[in-house]
Amino acid sequence: MVDVVFDPGNVVPPAEVEDVELYHPHSWITKYVFSQDAKVIAIQYAMTAISIGVVALVLSWLMRLQLGFPGTFSFIDGSNYYQYITMHGMIMVVYLLTALFLGGFGNYLIPLMVGARDMAFPYVNMISYWVYLLAVLVLAASFFVPGGPTGAGWTLYPPQAILSGTPGRDFGIILMLVSLMLFIIGFTMGGLNYVVTTLQLRTRGMTLMRLPLTVWGIVTATIMALLAFPGLFVACVMMLFDRVLGTSFFMPAIIEGGELQKYSGGSPILFQHLFWFFGHPEVYIVAVPAFGIVSDLISTHARKNIFGYRMMVWAIVSIGALSFVVWGHHMYVSGMNPQFGFFFAVTTLIIAVPTAIKVYNWVLTLWRADIHLEVPMLFALAFIVTFVIGGVTGLFLGNVSVDVPLSATMFVVAHFHMVMGVAPILVVFGGIYHWYPKVTGRMLNDTLGRIHFWVTFLGTYAIFFPMHYLGLIGVPRRYYELGDAAFVPPSAQSLNAFITIAALIVGAAQIAFFFNLIWSLFRGKEAGSNPWRATTLEWQTPETPPGHGNWGKNLPIVYRWAYDYSAPGAKEDFLPQNQPPQAVPAPAGAAS
Amino acid sequence: MSVTILFLALIASIVGWFLAHQRLTAKPWLEVGVIGDVRDTVPPPAFVAKVGLGVLLAVIGCLFALLSSAYLMRAGLADWKLLPVPRILWLNTVLLVLSSAALQWALIGARRGLMEDVRAGLFAGGLCALAFVAGQLLAWRELNAAGYFLASNPANAFFYLLTGVHALHILGGLVALGRTISKASLGVAMSALRSSVELCAIYWHFLLFVWLALFALLTGFAGDVFVICRALLT
Repeated sequence: MVDVVFDPGNVVPPAEVEDVELYHPHSWITKYVFSQDAKVIAIQYAMTAISIGVVALVLSWLMRLQLGFPGTFSFIDGSNYYQYITMHGMIMVVYLLTALFLGGFGNYLIPLMVGARDMAFPYVNMISYWVYLLAVLVLAASFFVPGGPTGAGWTLYPPQAILSGTPGRDFGIILMLVSLMLFIIGFTMGGLNYVVTTLQLRTRGMTLMRLPLTVWGIVTATIMALLAFPGLFVACVMMLFDRVLGTSFFMPAIIEGGELQKYSGGSPILFQHLFWFFGHPEVYIVAVPAFGIVSDLISTHARKNIFGYRMMVWAIVSIGALSFVVWGHHMYVSGMNPQFGFFFAVTTLIIAVPTAIKVYNWVLTLWRADIHLEVPMLFALAFIVTFVIGGVTGLFLGNVSVDVPLSATMFVVAHFHMVMGVAPILVVFGGIYHWYPKVTGRMLNDTLGRIHFWVTFLGTYAIFFPMHYLGLIGVPRRYYELGDAAFVPPSAQSLNAFITIAALIVGAAQIAFFFNLIWSLFRGKEAGSNPWRATTLEWQTPETPPGHGNWGKNLPIVYRWAYDYSAPGAKEDFLPQNQPPQAVPAPAGAAS
Repeated sequence: MSVTILFLALIASIVGWFLAHQRLTAKPWLEVGVIGDVRDTVPPPAFVAKVGLGVLLAVIGCLFALLSSAYLMRAGLADWKLLPVPRILWLNTVLLVLSSAALQWALIGARRGLMEDVRAGLFAGGLCALAFVAGQLLAWRELNAAGYFLASNPANAFFYLLTGVHALHILGGLVALGRTISKASLGVAMSALRSSVELCAIYWHFLLFVWLALFALLTGFAGDVFVICRALLT
C-alpha cells in the first residue's frame, strides 16, 4: 500500500459539479417550518430536544428535593417520585442526548463537514423531525392523562411496569411505549440520511481518512443506533401487546393482591436481553459523537493536529463494534448463567482499551500545544476529566464480584451520571459554544459562558462525587425514603441535603446559558466566517450563516486532512482543508 | 440471541469489507493534494438511493433477527407448544415467490427498455403481494376459528406478531410499488423509472427471504436445524 501521496505541484481544476437539483423553498412555511434544509432541521431538532430536556432537569430537581429534605414537600409522594425518575431518565438519554447529538449536531455538521449541499434524502429528513416531535408530544402528553406518566423506571422492566401497583399503569406506560416506537421510526429516517450522506455525498478529495473526527463519531453512533434501536422497538411492541392485548411475552403467571392474573408463561429475562441489547450501545451512542466533537474542539483550540488520527478512527470503529457484545453486564444480578457473566465482564474490560487510547491521544494532543482557554475548550477539557472518572468507576462495576454488592446503590447512579450524563452534556455545551457563531453569525457572550462553565463543572462534581461515597456505604438507589436504616449514618442525610443544594444551583445556572443564547442572537459580537481559525469545511462557507445549498456555485475541493494546525512554513497557523497546496510557501517542509 | 449475533457478525463483515477498501491505514497528515482514488463527481441519485435502501434493509433485518432471537429464546422453555401451521401458508409462500419473480421480470424489462414488460411485471407483482397479505389474514381467521387466540399461549402470540410485522412491511412496500406503478402508467421516461423498479425488486426479494426464514421458524423446521447445529457444536 502506498503510504504517502504527496504532489505539491498538482494543480487541480475547479470541481465540475453539475447543478444538483436541490429543493428550493418558496414560502416562509416551507423555509422555516416544513423545511427540507438540514440546517433548519438541525435547529428544530436541537430546540425540541433542549425544551424537553429542561422538563427533565426540573424533574431531577423535584427528585433531589425529596431526597435532600424528605417529608418537607407534601406534593411529592412515592408514586410521583418514581414517575420523576422514569421520565427524567428516559428523556435525558433518548429524547435529549440521542436526538441532540445525532439529529441536532448530525444534521447541521455532516453536510457542511463533508462538503455536500444537503442530506441525501431531504424529504425523508424533514419527516424524521416531525415524527420525532410527535414522539416528544406523546411523551409529554403522559403528564396529563389520568394516573400520570409511567413510574416503571427508565428500564421499564416487566412484570412490574404493567402491574397495577406501578404508577401510570393505565395510560402512562402505553404512551411511553408508543412514544418510543415513534422516536425509533423517526430516528431511522434521519439515520439513513446521516449514513448515506457521509458515504455518498462527500465532495471531491474528501476521503474517509480526511473526515473530521466529529463526522466519524456521529456516523458511527448512527450506525450503532440503527442496529440497536430495533431491540428497543421489539421490546416495546411486545410489551404493548402484553399490556393492551393480554399476551404473555414477558409476563409470567403472577398473583397480585391475592388474585391470579390472566398472564402465564412469559419471560421477564427476555425483556432484559432485548432492552439491554439496545441499552448498552445506547451509552456509546451518546458517548461516541462526544468523542468526535471533543477531538475537534481540542485540536482547534490547542492549535495542534490531533495526536494519532488513525488510532482515533480505529478506536471509534472498534468501540462501536464491541459495544454490541457487552449488554449482559447490566444483567449480572438477573440470575443469568455465571459463565455469561464472565464473558460479558471480559468484553466490558476489553472495551476500555480503545477508550483509553482515545483519552491518551487527547492528552498527547494537549502536550506542548498552544492552548487557548476559550469557553468551548474549557468544556472539552472538563469532558476529558469527567469521562475518565466515570470510566474508571465503570471498570469497577464491569467486574461481577464488585458489581453484585454495588449494583442497586447510589454508586451506580454516580457512575453513569458522570460517564454518560455529565460528560456528554459538557460536550453538548462545548459544541454549542463552538458552532453557535457559524449557526447565527454572532459570538456567545464570553463572561456569561465562563460563569456557566465554572458553575456547571464544579457544581456537577459537588453533586456526583459525594454520591459515590453514599453508594459505598450502601445507600440504595430508587428509594423514595431511606427511613431508619441502621447502616445509614445521619451524616448521609446531610450529604444528601448538600447534593440537593448543589443540584439546584447547577440547574439554575443553566438560565445564564439560555439567556446567553437568546441575548447573543441579537447583541452578540459579529463572528465573521471563521472566528476560531479552524480548518474544517464548515468554517469555509461563502456565507455565514451558510446559505441554502451551503456552497454557492462550486463545491469545495479538499486537499488536506482536517487537522493542519501550526504547519511549519505556513503563513497562518492553520491550513483550511480546501486550501490548494501551491498556496503554501516552502512545500518541502509541509510533508513532515 | 445467537441469531442476532450471527446477523451482527454479517453486518460487521460487510462494514469491515467496505472499510478495508477505504485506505484506513493511510497517513492523512502526510498527504496533500487531491488523492488518486477519489471520485470525480457526486454519484448518480439512483445509486445513492440504492445505498439508502441497503441501510434500511440492514435495519429491518436487525428487527427480524431480534424477533427470531426472542422466538427461539422463548421456544427453549419447557412449556412451549408449537401451534399447527395453517395449510394456506404454503399457498401464500408461493404467491410471494411469484410476486418477487414478477418484479424481477419488471426489472429485466426496465433494463432492456421494454415498457410493456415493466407495467405487466409491476402489476402482477403488486397483485400477488396483495393476495399474499389477504392470505395471511385468512390464516389468522382460520387459527382464530380453531381456538388459537392471540393471548392464549406465547407460541400463538409469537405467530401473530411475526406474521403481522412481516405483513406490515409488505404493505409499506406496496405504497412504494403503487407510486412506481403510477409513474409507469403516467409514462415517465424509462431512465427515470428504472431506479424505482430496481428498488422495489430488491425490497421484495429481501422480504421474500425474510418470509422464508420466518416460515421455517414457525413450522418448527428452523428450531430443529438450530438444535442440530447446537448438538454439532457442543
